[in-house]
Amino acid sequence: MTRRKKISTPTIPTGVAPGANPSGLNRRAFLQGGLALTAATTGGKLSAAEPPLPWLHTPGAPLTNYGQPSEQERKVIRWITPNRQVPGNGVSWTPLHELEGIITPSGLHFERHHNGVPQIPADQHRLLVHGLTQRALSFSIADLLRYPLRTRLAFIECGGNSNAGWNLEPLQTKAGYLHGMASCSEWTGVPLSTILDEAGVAPEARWLVLEGADAIAMNVSLPLHKATDDCLLALYQNGERLRPENGYPLRLLVPGWEGVLNVKWLRRIELSREPVMARNETSRYTELQPDGKARQFTFVMGVKSLITTPSPGAVLSRGLHELRGLAWSGHGRIKKVEISVNGGKTWTQAELQTPVLPQCFTRFRLPWQWRGQAAVLKSRATDEAGNVQPERTKLIAERGRAGYFHYNAIVAWALDSDGELSHVYA
Amino acid sequence: MSMPESRYVAVLLLMTLALPAAAAGGKIAGPNLGQVLPNTEAALPYPSIYPDGRGLPAGHGNAVDGRKVYDAQCTACHGSAGRGGSGGQLISHGPLTGPEPDPAVDNYWPFATTLFDFTRRAMPMTAPGTLSNDEVYAVTAYLLNLSGVIGENDDINAETLPKIRMPNRDGFVWIDVPKSPR
Ligand code: HEC
Repeated sequence: MTRRKKISTPTIPTGVAPGANPSGLNRRAFLQGGLALTAATTGGKLSAAEPPLPWLHTPGAPLTNYGQPSEQERKVIRWITPNRQVPGNGVSWTPLHELEGIITPSGLHFERHHNGVPQIPADQHRLLVHGLTQRALSFSIADLLRYPLRTRLAFIECGGNSNAGWNLEPLQTKAGYLHGMASCSEWTGVPLSTILDEAGVAPEARWLVLEGADAIAMNVSLPLHKATDDCLLALYQNGERLRPENGYPLRLLVPGWEGVLNVKWLRRIELSREPVMARNETSRYTELQPDGKARQFTFVMGVKSLITTPSPGAVLSRGLHELRGLAWSGHGRIKKVEISVNGGKTWTQAELQTPVLPQCFTRFRLPWQWRGQAAVLKSRATDEAGNVQPERTKLIAERGRAGYFHYNAIVAWALDSDGELSHVYA
Repeated sequence: MSMPESRYVAVLLLMTLALPAAAAGGKIAGPNLGQVLPNTEAALPYPSIYPDGRGLPAGHGNAVDGRKVYDAQCTACHGSAGRGGSGGQLISHGPLTGPEPDPAVDNYWPFATTLFDFTRRAMPMTAPGTLSNDEVYAVTAYLLNLSGVIGENDDINAETLPKIRMPNRDGFVWIDVPKSPR
């Protein structure tokens, strides 16, 4: 991490009522703080003249066909970790530490591609459904757009997200560049079950073999029960048609399960008795354990949370802060998120942004009075199935460090007395 | 204010048409637009290749020929004899346990058919899908020979490839789905 220069102390009055909780965590602290602020400011007068505001006197920019973020937000970008020899092979990470709420802007949704983003003319794309079915069927995108559509919010998380957590030393980078192979969108599409019913699934079928139309023809197997439960043939993301890097014109949404199953540029579904044992379900997306055996078909993304604001690299000033973060679980809804500022000795429940939806990012927030003490900030999520996010030591005791995938341990940020935040194992 | 009667009836009719679909266990009926295709498998660029060999094409090759394919098409990213490069090492000869486990094709991959399938659809990354079936069989044979599971002159084809037993064949435990009986 490149440590930033300390920021100057702001001139906000510090006469804020301390939180009732000795750790400074108090859900009512903002209310009290607000009152204190009012009291301190009404006595003074606005002395300095306002600086000139030229935009009050100059006509603004013309209308645009497609809006872009403010020029001043240009630092809010995906961070790309490419393979230098094959630039379309790699990852770009969602800057979770720059975002709020639960929706990831489509242009910031993380990417994991194996050999680049194909540019597919929608009218040339077909979805083929065949194998153990009564009939082999082919669908155009125009066909699919006529089917009954369903919409839901869902996160997609790469099975390899947060893999730096297995490292011996904590990697010093911002929250999103450690955990941003996860993003959350509103997805609209045709229920996969509708299309499978039309093809007529044979009684002996147990699996779907999925294939994408990219330059590795990415293939992977999905159990039939999940396919008929809640998968969507997604055509729209956040209200508009999919972005190319998210699978335009068609991708599969497999709510709560490993990102690799959410096949982009989906072109083929083959019903079969057994998994095809593709490279991406044998060599990769399996987790080698200390005993030399590997976990395979670990589909569900475990319960996870992290504090996104503040994020490593930030420098805090004393006073009232809001700790903000994201939690999600492939098993269902988030039930609660607790925050600790003393490395896990005591925990306080954070407020969850509503509605809390299954297999969806859940935003949590909690006010905190920082009085200048060294602190270790952690969040711990529990989902409705009762799964509790584990401490790192526990996860590693169970799984070793060579599994690479499915790292969901509690994340710790350490605050030193200068207010500098860093990533720690604690 | 009141809705013209004919339209009211139309709405009612629509509702009655839609209701049975919603009632039948949440099934959502579509307009049945799928075009029925005959003999689909033959037209696929990459038919699925299963561990029992279903889907393997005609053709064959051995490690001697495969080495030539490998040296020309694969070393740039996977190093000589699969020992590493930007595309990752393919052959490790290392352990799967201990402080530095080192999984690769030779010691970790459960099925030889996967090697054929992935190479055919994805490699070489700069020109995927350009190797002939004979070249894919040959380069697969070369990597299997480096893995120590076949001899240099063993002919690898649709018959012999699925019979190869990879050393880590039983090294995997299924987690989120029960293993279906074979
Ligand atoms: C231009 C670089 C490049 C070339 C040339 C190339 N590969 Fe690859 N290969 C890669 C990359 C990158 C990956 C990792 C793919 C991913 O991230 O999904 C890979 C992955 C593989 C894998 C899977 C490895 C694993 O552990 O899962 C195999 C097998 C493979 N390549 C074989 C070959 C063969 C055989 C050739 C030659 C015919 C070849 N490659 C040529 C870049 C290359």
